Amino acid sequence: MASILWFREISLADRPAVGGKGGSLGELTRAGIAVPPGFVMATEAFDRFISVIEETTAIRSRVETLSEDDLESIQACSALIQGAMLAHPLPEVLRAPLREAHSALFAGGAIGPVAVRSSATAEDSADASFAGLQDTLLWVLDFAALERALLQCWASLYSVPSISYRRKRAMPEAQVSMAVVVQQMVDARTAGVLFTRSPTTGDRSVVVIEGAWGLGSAVVSGEVTPDRFVVGKITGEITVRDIRDKHVMHAPLQGGGTHEVETPEDRRQVPCLDDGQLAQLRDLGRRIERHYGCPQDIEWAFDGSGSLLVLQSRPETVWAARDAAPVSKVQENPLHHLMSVFGGKR
Amino acid sequence: MGQPPLSWGDGGAMTKNAGRGFPLPSSVKVVPGTERAQAAYPYYMQFAPEDDQRFWFYNSMHFPEPMCAFDSVTGEAAYCALGAANTRVHCLPTTKGIDERYINGRVYIGGVGVTDPAEVQERTEEFMQRAFYYYENWETLYAQWKKKMGTLIEDAQKLSHPSLPKYEPLANVRAGKGVASNHDLLDTYQRTLEGYFRMWHHHFEFLLLGYGAYMTFFAFCKKAFPEISDQTIARMVAGMEAEIFRPDEELRRLARCAVQFGVEAPFQEGVSAEKVLASLREMGEAGGKWLAELEISRNPWFNVNVGDGFYHYHRAWNDDLTLPFSALPSYIKQVGEGVNLDRPVEQLVKERAQLIADYRELLPTEEDRAAFDQMIHLAHRVFPYVEGHKFYCEHWYTNLFFNKIREFGGLLKEHGFFSREDDVFHLTHYELKSAIIDLMQSWSAGSPPRGPAHWPPIVAERRAAIALWAKNDTPPALGPVPEIIDDPAIVMLWGITRESLDAWLDADSGEAKRDIKGFAASRGVVEGIARVVKSAEEITRLREGDILVCQVTNPTWSPVFRKIAAAVSDIGGSMSHAAIVAREYGLPAVVGTGNATRRIRDGQRVRVDGDRGLVTLLD
Repeated sequence: MASILWFREISLADRPAVGGKGGSLGELTRAGIAVPPGFVMATEAFDRFISVIEETTAIRSRVETLSEDDLESIQACSALIQGAMLAHPLPEVLRAPLREAHSALFAGGAIGPVAVRSSATAEDSADASFAGLQDTLLWVLDFAALERALLQCWASLYSVPSISYRRKRAMPEAQVSMAVVVQQMVDARTAGVLFTRSPTTGDRSVVVIEGAWGLGSAVVSGEVTPDRFVVGKITGEITVRDIRDKHVMHAPLQGGGTHEVETPEDRRQVPCLDDGQLAQLRDLGRRIERHYGCPQDIEWAFDGSGSLLVLQSRPETVWAARDAAPVSKVQENPLHHLMSVFGGKR
Repeated sequence: MGQPPLSWGDGGAMTKNAGRGFPLPSSVKVVPGTERAQAAYPYYMQFAPEDDQRFWFYNSMHFPEPMCAFDSVTGEAAYCALGAANTRVHCLPTTKGIDERYINGRVYIGGVGVTDPAEVQERTEEFMQRAFYYYENWETLYAQWKKKMGTLIEDAQKLSHPSLPKYEPLANVRAGKGVASNHDLLDTYQRTLEGYFRMWHHHFEFLLLGYGAYMTFFAFCKKAFPEISDQTIARMVAGMEAEIFRPDEELRRLARCAVQFGVEAPFQEGVSAEKVLASLREMGEAGGKWLAELEISRNPWFNVNVGDGFYHYHRAWNDDLTLPFSALPSYIKQVGEGVNLDRPVEQLVKERAQLIADYRELLPTEEDRAAFDQMIHLAHRVFPYVEGHKFYCEHWYTNLFFNKIREFGGLLKEHGFFSREDDVFHLTHYELKSAIIDLMQSWSAGSPPRGPAHWPPIVAERRAAIALWAKNDTPPALGPVPEIIDDPAIVMLWGITRESLDAWLDADSGEAKRDIKGFAASRGVVEGIARVVKSAEEITRLREGDILVCQVTNPTWSPVFRKIAAAVSDIGGSMSHAAIVAREYGLPAVVGTGNATRRIRDGQRVRVDGDRGLVTLLD
């Protein structure tokens, strides 16, 4: 398999090669959902890089000998491996196709900012808590920065929390790998998260939308209290509009990366989404949920021109695990349902 | 096993709620100077000391204004029938009937729960033999009901006009009738009263069972979709061709006729119905054609009254054409502008089917979908009754009843008992019978009746009392707050829950400031000027874009819904007819606020949020 795969070439079935995030973005792209264009540096590239490093520094066997309680050894091991990885230049066999894909991403025009996002593979790829341990680098401006970002993502698989997580679960290191997503950066005017099932009540008939000004990272990281809307999935009625004081926002930094800035006074208390945008988000949620056949948690952004883009979609896991008993049993005589209201038999 | 139902419950429940309660009945004083008017209500409607132990709420949904002595017959007849159906006919397992008390003209009611598990069990077995039979044979029994109701209406229409001839007609004498005309008065009066009590039994024959099926589906939806709005569930169940839409549809039909026949000119805003009719009579053939169409609509569809049918002065459109004729100009204008006023029934049916299918699809399992199907099917079967009965019972029959009593009022006025025919409504039905017998005796004796000396001061006193009571604020509820409200009848008919009582208590303690909370009955958010309408006669004050604020909204006000921007009511759930009509017209509505008419000033700017069930005072 090639080390670079474009989103349009990827489906969910390719997750072993492109990771959970990459698989999802490919799947969405192929389903016709607007996703910022991009490609994935497949796990094969990571594996190749690791084997180059392993020629001088043992990595996988070293990690596997670590005990989960021995934090000191984990810290030492992490520093050693990350140091070796970040010091090593990207082998030309990986560098050349990456450079080619990077310029192709902007179709021969001027290179624009990209997001570089870890897309790890592990047995339980739906486990968001594992995915959250790996790095994402935003607003990466040029190829040199992209190379660094790629190495940093790869190295994040050997961060202290990441190693500890795997050791606690005794995950075999040979199966641990990472793909990296590279996609055009959305200069989000508003961004946030869309739940196609209420996180608080588990209701499947509403979508819950949380959003704030600027890049979605401020919402996802919890640095801003987002506006919160509840919209009827079927009816479209907006039943909750919680407009909060969005005191800060994430914005691009000159020279690359992002930083937190204070939200201009006149926008702090203003709803970050209008009814039309809420309707668009609801439609989007229904469409993605239908495509996957189960409730989803979706990261989204409206760019400066007002286009709605999807940055990520994951199956909802919390309520899915709780669904056990039916709402109500079928009754041989349907009239027995009435006793739930008329009482006497509960 | 049923939880303890609404009402005082046991001592434990009262202790837990210590400090949280409404004024005790014994603490509510009769307005000074109205003591004798208060005493006119029968002894069994007066609060007694032991009533302090129970929870009561003001039934402002049905009786938003003080009740004249005669009008209290409606409470009596209705609760006799409601209680009979619940307690003795269908045997609802956890609840019996309703007790009623009158103070300062206001009707307080309290439920009677069943708490003993053995009794609940016994009643459950009875219920399943009785109510289930009704559900199983619903269509047949409902068809039978319509026939019964038709006969009852015909019988009421056949009752003779009460009158006393100078001499018995010769024909009666020669036929050997042997019963004189004064006896006919008693006969007609008793039949009138009997028919009214009978009508209420018909009214409640199916009602609770119908609401119960709806509530079952409602509870399922709330469990499956915790955030679903009440109005969405209502939209899945509501029928499209209920009788209650007909009067308004007839007005639209008449508007189309007016344009078609070219007789639009007389229909001008602010011109009285009489003048419009006079102009039409002068318009030759075209005018005559329209008047003929009007007659078709009037019988029976103008037998709707402008209130809920519970007050003698809520006259039917047929008796007072003001309301329908105030709506016609704007309808005619719209027809002229090419607006299609037809209710898009086919589209509404399609939308409802789609809504049901969409929610069904969201259910996670086949089993849930099958249970959903069972419940919605049952709700659809029973709902035509729930939506349809009101036209026959509260409107058509009730009009006939009050009009017949009014005829007695006319006769008694003729004989000097009253100065106005409507004075008759200040007598209780017992007192009216005594006045009729007084007149019968006087006619037979050939001597003057005693009534003309007896009744006028009493009527004057009671009329003054009603005016004082109307200005007197009355608590929304009395007595200790029940721990939980589990009486299906109270929840279904009045939308009263523990949460709504808490909200009423908070409002009374001044905790809530600018927001008034109620049921989100129809979606949308709108701001405008509030018109606080306290009686049916005041609805003519409403202007284009006003927000209607009333104690209870009424579907026969439908035509004003085209004018107003939103509706707010003190009482009512999401299946109240007002909520249904508001949804039809796409107007935001918040119902069941408990006290909007007290907290909103007439002319105040308010925002009505029909999505969240919130009314906000803006100035």
